[in-house]
Amino acid sequence: MSMAMNLTALRTIWIKECTRFLRIWVQTLVPPAITMTLYFVIFGNLIGSRIGEMGGVSYMEFIVPGLIMMSVITNAYSNVASSFFSAKFQRNIEEMLVAPVSTMTIILGYVGGGVARSLIVAVVVTVVSSFFVPLNIQHFWLIVVTVILTATLFALAGLVNAVFAKTFDDISIIPTFVLTPLTYLGGVFYSISLLPQFWQTVSQANPVIYMVNAFRYGFIGVSDINAYVALGVLVLFNLVFFALAWSLLHRGVGIRS
Amino acid sequence: MTKALEIKSLRKVYRGGLEALKGLDLTVNEGDFYALLGPNGAGKSTTIGIISSLVNKTEGEVKVFGYDLDTQLADVKRQIGLVPQEFNFNQFETVEQIVVNQAGYYGVPRKLAKERAQKYLTQLGLWDKRNDRARTLSGGMKRRLMIARALLHEPKLLILDEPTAGVDIELRRSMWDYLTLINSQGITIILTTHYLEEAETLCRNIGIIDKGRIIENTSMKLLLSKLNVETFVFDLEPYSNSPTMTGFTMRELDNHTLEVDVPKERGLNNVFEQLTAQNMKVLSMRNKANRLEELFVDLVEQGRNQKESV
Repeated sequence: MSMAMNLTALRTIWIKECTRFLRIWVQTLVPPAITMTLYFVIFGNLIGSRIGEMGGVSYMEFIVPGLIMMSVITNAYSNVASSFFSAKFQRNIEEMLVAPVSTMTIILGYVGGGVARSLIVAVVVTVVSSFFVPLNIQHFWLIVVTVILTATLFALAGLVNAVFAKTFDDISIIPTFVLTPLTYLGGVFYSISLLPQFWQTVSQANPVIYMVNAFRYGFIGVSDINAYVALGVLVLFNLVFFALAWSLLHRGVGIRS
Repeated sequence: MTKALEIKSLRKVYRGGLEALKGLDLTVNEGDFYALLGPNGAGKSTTIGIISSLVNKTEGEVKVFGYDLDTQLADVKRQIGLVPQEFNFNQFETVEQIVVNQAGYYGVPRKLAKERAQKYLTQLGLWDKRNDRARTLSGGMKRRLMIARALLHEPKLLILDEPTAGVDIELRRSMWDYLTLINSQGITIILTTHYLEEAETLCRNIGIIDKGRIIENTSMKLLLSKLNVETFVFDLEPYSNSPTMTGFTMRELDNHTLEVDVPKERGLNNVFEQLTAQNMKVLSMRNKANRLEELFVDLVEQGRNQKESV
């Protein structure tokens, strides 16, 4: 298929994906705003005022980047996981499989949809946070690059999950047992410098640490990890997950008999 | 003549060891209206799945309008429009979204896709429903939606897997008219169906598939000419003395219904003569089963007996 035709197919998948999450905005865009407001009120305002400073800034300022990142991770992942699995479940994935759409186009379309949703959620949560704490931006482009790379990575991970999933339960297991622990232990609510040396070393195996810290560095200029190292790790994870997703879809795992 | 579809020695072994296709050969010429018949589990859907690249083949060669499935997959896909057996569209999307998106997957620009959507949805009586969500449509409308969706990229070969399953007679006949029309406009059609009347009415050529092999591949006329004995049901005025019938096999169903097997070379006249001689009044008469149905059952049984004896 020519480049122009592939772009038409890509645009089609992306618009379809965006239409899907916008159609059910009450389920996709509103919950993160409510959850994050509760986090800001309880952890930031009520408890945070008793904690004092962390990383040289107020606790509220410290957790805001992490909470935005948490929303980005959750939404990018769940958007692609549930949309792709639904397409498998309803068998409308066959609409794409019978057409000359390349594997690359399918991945980019679905991931693009997940990234779009998570970026909208990121903006919503950032706006909500600005009611609690003044928005402080130190490195704008670092924020943009980090949020896009993170959203892409978790959208790809959601796609891989959906490829293997056979039931709707299978797409909620990973978020519950893997994503949530990684995010909560990923330095959203604390600086890893507070941990004993051993747990600091263990924490460095958690990819979320790098995303949260690079993102936080972009906002408040404070990070537990060098921002460039963090970006390097993010790029590496993206490449690995893209290769995995491409290989699975190209071989038709979970979608062709 | 250009071959729309050419399949050679096609084999499919599913994970778990089930051999669904055992070296299937099939050729369908351009412009044909071809029926692919077979009992459940014969391999029809697997064959269609492989042609439309939803199922990976184990061995064999598939060519669509000369394009090879292994080396020219994108070209093969562009030639084919698929109407699957089960509804496989997103039930939450609108009718128009479904068809326009499908065109988009084939690289048809959105503006052109919308024009074609209007054309095909109008032809299939769905234009008024274009903004309705697919799940709100009736069964017949959903079937027609799948036909419209398969036509949006204007394929040369349309494959329909049980297109009229669960559709009422009136709608089925309107779908037949539509399929006949697009076939006359040059689209090659391959159809699987359980309604043998449908195959007999629509199709010029026929392939019967059983246990993963083609057991008959011929023209509908030739196949029907093989039918030697037809069973007729006679409704008679109620009688007290059972009639007798010389030279025909006859079964009495009750005191006013007879079933008579009529060999082609003997014809019906003699049946009427014998009934008239016995003062039986014939009120009406009909074929017991569809002619093709009888042949189909015979052929599948013959094939199975031959294999068993081997």
